[in-house]
Amino acid sequence: MSTNRILQRAAGRRRFVMFVFACLGLAVLGRAAWLQIWQHGFLLGQAQARQHRVIEIPAHRGTIFDRNGEPLAVSTPIDTVWAVPGDVLKTYDAMQAATDPEARQAYQARWDALAEALSMSPSVLHERVSQYQQQGRAFQYLRRHVTPAVAEQVAAQHIPGVSLMREYARYYPSSEASAHIVGFTNIDDKGTEGLELAYDRNWLAGQAGKRRIVRDLAAREIESLEIVQQAKPGKDLYLSVDRRLQYQAFRALDKAVKEEQASSGSLVLLDVQSGEVLAIVNSPSYNPNNTAERRSGVSRNRAVTDQFEPGSTMKPFTIAAALESGRFTPSDIIYTSPGYYKVGRYEIRDTRDYGWLDLRGIIKKSSNVGVIKVAQKLEPEQMWSVLDRFGFGRPPGSEFPGEVPGKLNHPTLWHSTEQTTLAYGYGLATSALQLTHAVAAIANGGVMQPVSFLKRDEPVQGERVLDESVARQVASMMESVVSKSGTGYRARVPGYRVAGKTGTSYKSHSGGYNEERYISLFAGFAPASAPRLAMVVVIHDPSAGQHYGGQVAAPVFSEVMGNALRVLGVKPDDWDSLAARVRDEVTLEDAL
Amino acid sequence: MPTTEHGAMGQQQTPGLFVLLSRFLRLDIPLLTGLLLLCGLSLVVLYSASGQDVGAVQRQTVRFALAFGVMLVLAHVPPTALQRSSVFFYAIGMAMLVAVLLVGDVGKGAQRWLDLGFMRFQPSELMKVAVPMMVAWYVSQEPLPPRFGRLLVALGIVALPAALIMQQPDLGTALLVAGAGLAVVFMAGMQWRYILGALALAAVAAPLLWANMHSYQQQRVLTFLNPEADPLGAGYHIIQSKIAVGSGGLFGKGWLNGTQSHLDFLPERHTDFIFAVFGEEFGLFGAMALLGLYLFVIIRGLWLAADSQGTYGRLVSAAMVVTFLVYLFVNVGMVTGLLPVVGVPLPLVSYGGTSLVTLMIGFGIIMSAHSHRRLLS
Repeated sequence: MSTNRILQRAAGRRRFVMFVFACLGLAVLGRAAWLQIWQHGFLLGQAQARQHRVIEIPAHRGTIFDRNGEPLAVSTPIDTVWAVPGDVLKTYDAMQAATDPEARQAYQARWDALAEALSMSPSVLHERVSQYQQQGRAFQYLRRHVTPAVAEQVAAQHIPGVSLMREYARYYPSSEASAHIVGFTNIDDKGTEGLELAYDRNWLAGQAGKRRIVRDLAAREIESLEIVQQAKPGKDLYLSVDRRLQYQAFRALDKAVKEEQASSGSLVLLDVQSGEVLAIVNSPSYNPNNTAERRSGVSRNRAVTDQFEPGSTMKPFTIAAALESGRFTPSDIIYTSPGYYKVGRYEIRDTRDYGWLDLRGIIKKSSNVGVIKVAQKLEPEQMWSVLDRFGFGRPPGSEFPGEVPGKLNHPTLWHSTEQTTLAYGYGLATSALQLTHAVAAIANGGVMQPVSFLKRDEPVQGERVLDESVARQVASMMESVVSKSGTGYRARVPGYRVAGKTGTSYKSHSGGYNEERYISLFAGFAPASAPRLAMVVVIHDPSAGQHYGGQVAAPVFSEVMGNALRVLGVKPDDWDSLAARVRDEVTLEDAL
Repeated sequence: MPTTEHGAMGQQQTPGLFVLLSRFLRLDIPLLTGLLLLCGLSLVVLYSASGQDVGAVQRQTVRFALAFGVMLVLAHVPPTALQRSSVFFYAIGMAMLVAVLLVGDVGKGAQRWLDLGFMRFQPSELMKVAVPMMVAWYVSQEPLPPRFGRLLVALGIVALPAALIMQQPDLGTALLVAGAGLAVVFMAGMQWRYILGALALAAVAAPLLWANMHSYQQQRVLTFLNPEADPLGAGYHIIQSKIAVGSGGLFGKGWLNGTQSHLDFLPERHTDFIFAVFGEEFGLFGAMALLGLYLFVIIRGLWLAADSQGTYGRLVSAAMVVTFLVYLFVNVGMVTGLLPVVGVPLPLVSYGGTSLVTLMIGFGIIMSAHSHRRLLS
């Protein structure tokens, strides 16, 4: 082959190679242009979808105050420890891989300090993080709501992938005393119990804001771009309750429940004129700041959610119905001998044979026979109407979660003895709140104010449920209960005239009544001359010996009512008893 | 024999300082300028891609200095000496490839490294130069074009190391080694009928090759065909890299402002995927400028190869340019999603030293072949 041909061939090959090069170059360039011009918009969107995130700006909940502006539930900023498991493992692996003993020790110290701050052993920490990693998680809480000291210890270790996050936690300053009414929030700051639940949405809960950030692959925030929506903190809530009264009521009730070895107790204190709940407590209670104590049995507000048969505390309402019917006057006398009366399969007894009793006497001595005989002369429809107007069998309308309506059958459904048993408080069910509400209506001259857990700034229009003169007559009869010879003498409050009614009922169980288990009750109001406060004390299963309402519930009523009247600065209306007490004390001092 | 030395004669009449310097150092100034520009660009992009790590830039600068030193040395080795040592290098390389398979270090699931005690060495890198040298030596024993029997032997010289490298397994390097060797055969004037015949044979062999591929290699090809099928696994590289390049647009996001790379979304961003960083930060115009620079280096390299004397020097030089181009095409093709991910760095720009030294040896040979013209004539 000639040199010329070789050269020709070489030049041909060169041209071909150049041609191939040009094709490849154009292919690559064309591809770049395709991506960067035609696909640019789409791919830019893809980039932003990966790099931009809209994250929440936490908003704190509104504060819950008592009627005097004392805080009952406050939100405090708190740190939460979270992790990107994959990144955390890198540090652990680096620690394992470190050959220099000093470096290894330094790693180990940081890892151990992190584990300690999270209250777990170093090996458990590794185990958990590995587990999260295997589950493919890019975000995992390590420990929520930590103390500032713990947060500081976590931050000081500078372990990549472990970060702190701002959250808000709820703190309840009055602890057990107001636990049931206030309720609590869960770890995500959502109300789950009590008024925290009732007023969660649209009021207490804040509206988290939104902001757009640039993040990296490890989900770390690199840059804040804009605030999309400002965070709106929740609104404050002013409750009708008085923190001081809550505390005193809880202390007195809790003491009684413990001393009487009772299973539980409830107390409701209402402002008669406004319908506001001034105190509502239950025992046993719990500390809402301690999540371990939030057990469902303990955390419900029994005063609102539990119903029971009110027993003799119903008698004033039966008498009210009797007086309203026009068939009875307060001076009518009823023959109660021999002190017992057969109702169905039960024999209803009085504590002794009282002989002839007027209506006042029936209330004062709590005569079952007397009230039965009165009720049997009433029109069922009329008697039911009175009880219905007082709210029995209807939800009290407090908006409290889990509020029970109680139970009161319409006369068309009554069985043969129902009218009789209703007279002394069996065959219907009520809650402490409902009963207090009804008693308050008697105290208020027959006008029922809508009940409220929120503070009322303006008086509301009440509803007349009973003729005023009848209400006054019943109130006067109830005052005699708290006289020396009445069943509720222990409910008396020095310096104030107190009206009320004791109650002791058997606890019902399926198919009948347990005659060994009692509910001790006292329902009353004060001062009798111009009623301001109504209160009901319910104590379940007193088992320390006493079980009469006059023995178990009345002393609690006395203590709490006395404190409340003094705290609220209600003018005493019983100067005689006050004077007598002063005289006694002076004598006592002289004697000492 | 016709010469192309008129230009050189002219230069002899008025020798400038640069020309004297370049002749003394045996360096081609235009090619050197192109290479230096590429390395400078590399440092600029590397500074951004490494997250503004001055240490990384310094280390790479040292590597560049070493690589240019190697190139300078190679430029002074006469092609005849290279020609004589071709068989030796090839034999050494083959021995080490076998050694790697027997006692090599395992890294990332592949046996590629040979621990020589004082350093770890990748014998397959050596073969990128040794194979074209060997083929060129072999085919230049007789006048070109090579006869059919010689062609077969030459193909064997290429196929043997390529097969060994595939066993490691390292598909990317095997393709580069084979490409360099075949380039020599092609440039030597292999007849078209043989080429077409070989292509037909390859078409038949492709299914066999597929069956013999490692599962990860098959996975790469499959992922390449449909990266969105496995966005968090095998397709992750391609998707993130396409997003980086595409979101750069015409003008790019600006130096140090590439979000995909700086927010850690783009993997291997200072090594194999550095072109994505470049595309994201400098846009289509930047990419065109970079490719233009590569084009200049390639054209100049080809011209130097064509302008050299002696079959051996010309063939090896041309093969080195082809290797360089294959590097470039495979890498950019991979980053932009044209080709599967095969782990080939962007020549001279990616962070790292191994391929850099190989490439600079190639440019040294090109300069040597061209600057030793008259000694041969």
